[in-house]
Amino acid sequence: MGDKIEITDLNAWFADNHVIKGISLRIPEGSATAIIGPSGCGKSTFIRCMNRMHEIVPGARVEGQVLLDGEDIYGPRADAVEIRSRVGMVFQRANPFPTMSIFDNVIAGLRLKSRRLSRSRLADLVQRSLVQAALWDEVKDSLDAPGVSLSGGQQQRLCIARALAVEPEVLLMDEPATALDPLSTAKIEELIHELKERYTIVVVTHNMQQAARVSDMTAYFYLGRLIEFGPTLQLFTNPSQPETEDYITGRFG
Amino acid sequence: MRRAVDLAAQAAAVLCTVAVLLPLVLIFGYLLSKGLSSLSVELFTNLPKPVGEPGGGMANAIVGTLTLIGLACLFGLPVGMIAGVYLAEYGGTRLAWLVRFGADVLNGVPSIVIGIYAYTLIVLPMHGFSAYAGGFALGVIMLPIVARTTEEMVKLVPNSLREASLALGVPAWRTTIWVVLRTARGGIITGMMLAIARVAGETAPLLFTAFGNQFWAQSLRGPIASLPVQIYTYAISPFDDWHRQAWAGALVLLVLLAATSLLVRLLTRGRFQTRL
Amino acid sequence: MAQALREKTFELAWQLPGSKGRRSGGSSRLGDTVFRACTTLFALTLLAVLGSIALVLAYEAAGAVREFGFGFLVGREWDPVFRRFGALPFIYGTLLSAVLALCQAVPLTIGTALFLSELAPEWLRVPISFLVELLATIPSVVYGLWGIFVLVPWCRSYVEPALGSVFGFLPVFQGPGYGVGLLAASMILAVMIVPYITSVAHEVFRAVPLAQREAALALGATRWEMVRVAVLPYGRMGIIGAIMLGLGRAIGETMAVTMVIGNRADISVSWFAPATTMASVIANEFNEATYDLYTQALVEIGLVLLVVTVTVNALARLLVWSVAGVESGEQRG
Repeated sequence: MGDKIEITDLNAWFADNHVIKGISLRIPEGSATAIIGPSGCGKSTFIRCMNRMHEIVPGARVEGQVLLDGEDIYGPRADAVEIRSRVGMVFQRANPFPTMSIFDNVIAGLRLKSRRLSRSRLADLVQRSLVQAALWDEVKDSLDAPGVSLSGGQQQRLCIARALAVEPEVLLMDEPATALDPLSTAKIEELIHELKERYTIVVVTHNMQQAARVSDMTAYFYLGRLIEFGPTLQLFTNPSQPETEDYITGRFG
Repeated sequence: MRRAVDLAAQAAAVLCTVAVLLPLVLIFGYLLSKGLSSLSVELFTNLPKPVGEPGGGMANAIVGTLTLIGLACLFGLPVGMIAGVYLAEYGGTRLAWLVRFGADVLNGVPSIVIGIYAYTLIVLPMHGFSAYAGGFALGVIMLPIVARTTEEMVKLVPNSLREASLALGVPAWRTTIWVVLRTARGGIITGMMLAIARVAGETAPLLFTAFGNQFWAQSLRGPIASLPVQIYTYAISPFDDWHRQAWAGALVLLVLLAATSLLVRLLTRGRFQTRL
Repeated sequence: MAQALREKTFELAWQLPGSKGRRSGGSSRLGDTVFRACTTLFALTLLAVLGSIALVLAYEAAGAVREFGFGFLVGREWDPVFRRFGALPFIYGTLLSAVLALCQAVPLTIGTALFLSELAPEWLRVPISFLVELLATIPSVVYGLWGIFVLVPWCRSYVEPALGSVFGFLPVFQGPGYGVGLLAASMILAVMIVPYITSVAHEVFRAVPLAQREAALALGATRWEMVRVAVLPYGRMGIIGAIMLGLGRAIGETMAVTMVIGNRADISVSWFAPATTMASVIANEFNEATYDLYTQALVEIGLVLLVVTVTVNALARLLVWSVAGVESGEQRG
């Protein structure tokens, strides 16, 4: 399998604050890659650069090359809107649309792309997305209930279903289980295992055990730089960089 | 295609903004052109003259407006300010919620209704129009504005200041007066200026309270001229000379109000959002 | 100095019971009680003023209420000479001019508010919102002055003939247009309520959480689609509140309307025809009311006006409070 995303010398700023410093990385296709590191090391900013969400903040700037299937998403002919429908995102706090039902939440993204879908086709897509997000059994009888009536963990899975419904190629997850209880966290982790068969997943987490559990490759960031990147097992048992070893063994962070 | 819709929507938003600002430009433009040409020294120094005689002015109306504002402040400012302090200090109580709601409701009562109110309370017992009645009506209009802005300004004072004073042994009531109010002083004053700017242009409540006067008011117990009423009277008259004076008077009024508004904005830049 | 204060605070803070930090000294307790009593008194004064407005008007209008009863509200004839008073022409004029004003103002104000919250760069947002608010500082009588000498002739010469020729098949655009009338009044009202609706709508849109906007954008939405999916639905209630605030203002507006509406106590289908409103009849005829029943009838109209505006405004405030911050006027960063 080739590389789905190839990042070369990525730099990002918030106004004058240089938060990502020259990171180069290759995300393999059909795998789960974890990004770990202490708070403030730029993990979230990094993945937001991969679906061009970083630039919506006033004063934010990106330089460098991010190739998605060989094409630079920051190239002159690239369309941010189109990129975002190919690279989906799940946020730290679940953010379902409060005025919409579960059903409408799932298809919210679909409705943007193609208006003319029959109700039955939509229902199929909703079911498929909710099944993929491991939420179908719990909500199949109450699809018209408001999206915000679900529990925290369910809302997050709803957001995952919503992101999957637009059939992205990559799924970025920014600390998806941080705000959830252990049971929901376990469900999300299981989900990542299943999803990586079909999608390329990049997960940001500050929980090392979680990274060890779900990912194939792991990247360790520190103060905006990439310190080490390699197969998860190797990074955790036999890291090549002393900084990595310090972080993993809990000497700081 | 979706991009086209997006661009069209953005263009529409811009157009809406232009359309909304257009009347502003037009009104100020006409006021400037028609008002400036009619502006003269006599406007500020002379009394109104009968139609046909040149050199009529609005001196009594300008002074009258200032008088009425002064009277309004006597009632509206202290009551409003102290009520605002109550709302800020004891804001969580049921009564406070009621008073706050009441203030907002009072704010929305049409000024002509307040005119009827002042008429019944003051004009009828006094058997005549008076500056007192007009001032009272304007004071009632000022009341909720002063109360709410005082509340907002007092609430902006950081709690740490309050706590520092209390920790030094200063009683709560003294803390409020000497520490909190003094800190919020600037904001409270700008709130008062807002209220004054609002009532300076009011016409309807004065129509049957202060009524109007072609001469200098002899006392506060009698009818008194005011700039807005004078503008109105001249505007609806059939005489061109009076129309011109109406434009001039309106220009004077608007310049004063705009200057006050700008001053308020500058003084409170970033600190709070003026609520209309 | 601040450091010393902080230290002292910390030292004594744990000694002080409760959040008010009231000491057990007798004199300060008295001071606090007196202070609270005084401020409460003034707060109650405000409520008393509000309540007494309703009472005073009801008292003054009592005679007319007794005389005409409910028929007052549906009576079409307003004839002071023959002592026949029916308020329907005024109610009709008030409501219709306000609704027409809303129809013109709402699309424009929503568009402007969206421009301010979504499109405008920081350096543009502040001056433009200042300019919009400047519209609110123009007194009603100045609007009226401009209305008489600029808007009305313009309506008479251009707007009404144009509407009559293009939409003349509709009865509302038929009949001679003299400039003064419902249409001109609604246009002036629209301009006057724009700043109120815009400022509230702007705040409502700003209150939409970033998380919601990001959710829409991350799904691949364009800016407009994000607004449609995340901003507008979220701010629905607040927008309705803003519109109702505008409605409340339009209903109570007096001078500008009086000066351009033509002041004829009649109900006609055409929007070109002169009409009248509750506020304007009071403004025009209050000083002409030569006998008690006349005055009482006018006061009763004032009472109706009071009830309608208070209701609309109360509903509006509740709606806005429920969305854009519990207490209206809450500071936004």
